[in-house]
Amino acid sequence: MSWIATLGRSGMDSIRELGKSGILLYRILFYPPNIRKGFPLVVQQVYMEGVLSLLIIIVSGLFIGMVLALQGYHTLAKFGASQQLGPLVALSVTRELGPVVTAILFAGRAGSAVTAEIALMKVTEQLSSMEMMAVDPLRRIISPRFWGGFISIPLLTLIFNVVAIYGAYLVGVRWLGLDAGVFWSNMQSSVEFHSDIVNGIIKSIVFGVAVTWIALVQGYFAIPTSAGIASATTRSVVYASLVVLGLDFILTAMMIGEW
Amino acid sequence: MPSQRLIEMLVGLFLLFAIFSLAVLAFKVSGLTNLFPTKSYAVTAAFDDIGGLKIRSPIKIGGVQVGEVSNIALDSQLFKAIVTMRINDQYNNIPNDSSAGIYTSGLLGDNYIAITPMYSKTVLKEGSTIEFTNSAMVLEKLIGQFIYKIGNSGNDKGEKNANAQ
Repeated sequence: MSWIATLGRSGMDSIRELGKSGILLYRILFYPPNIRKGFPLVVQQVYMEGVLSLLIIIVSGLFIGMVLALQGYHTLAKFGASQQLGPLVALSVTRELGPVVTAILFAGRAGSAVTAEIALMKVTEQLSSMEMMAVDPLRRIISPRFWGGFISIPLLTLIFNVVAIYGAYLVGVRWLGLDAGVFWSNMQSSVEFHSDIVNGIIKSIVFGVAVTWIALVQGYFAIPTSAGIASATTRSVVYASLVVLGLDFILTAMMIGEW
Repeated sequence: MPSQRLIEMLVGLFLLFAIFSLAVLAFKVSGLTNLFPTKSYAVTAAFDDIGGLKIRSPIKIGGVQVGEVSNIALDSQLFKAIVTMRINDQYNNIPNDSSAGIYTSGLLGDNYIAITPMYSKTVLKEGSTIEFTNSAMVLEKLIGQFIYKIGNSGNDKGEKNANAQ
């Protein structure tokens, strides 16, 4: 019967973890930030998490768009439908690839850095010493990182979308010789602003909350040893990627099924 | 870590870049133009079968787009589809005895409504109804009729052969 006790213990542990993470998110969201002191910190984090992620987002966006166009062109050309390349690329990028790939890249580029930074602060007891000096580490360290990621991910997604579509334009029109007018007009007639682009932005906002929340929780509750930092960083990236893929399915089902 | 002022400038550039991307997505990719709707008037028509017609399907005269479908409803007495079309104000001289038909662009393309102008002196205006309509050609029905005909002609031959014997 000991395995039932093990199951129960691990169940209670995971619920306790979830509760602690929920309280952390609640405290980030509902403790009023000090605008005058908090704003520069948030701007710094938008720089650290958003601006410094631009390079990887732009490069991967460009190549994903180019590969999509190349693959799509050769498949569509078999059916004599290569003029539908624009809609193919634009729809798959704005609906799915843009938000999902951006969130996963962000988890690897910025989420892991946030986790490692906070976990190291905890190991070296910087967070405790801040509390000793009557500085709330939640407002000073955690909350700006959350808002920085929350602001950065939708903006990075928009940039990713545009760059990927431009990459598809380069391959489809400049290299493979499709007509530019057909490419854009077919795209415009089949992409709708509300159901495709706005839904993609909603997805990226949800992913932004999930990815930054996971990164902060893993860092804040990391076991204070060097092995603890290593496993916290790994879990931050793995959990964030899995949650993004799972949430993407749920959100797509909601948006298509009109729940 | 660069100075706060440089960081603020870079973040500002980042925001501008993102806003520019949103504008490109809105206007270049999704062709968002009904943010500033052009002036138009609504005309209704009743069809027996609208096939795959959807809201925002184009209305064309001679292949030129003059408006789009704004609403589709079912008349619960006659079981006909009532299609409301919005036609741009600049095309305000369409005769009111014109006929409207639902066609398909290409073999497997989307449906659109084509209006064929006639010769009446009075014109369509807000709230008027197009009386003469042609339903959509549904491919399955055509194939069904075709197969039915083939089947019948086969039977005829069979009967003739039977009579000859």
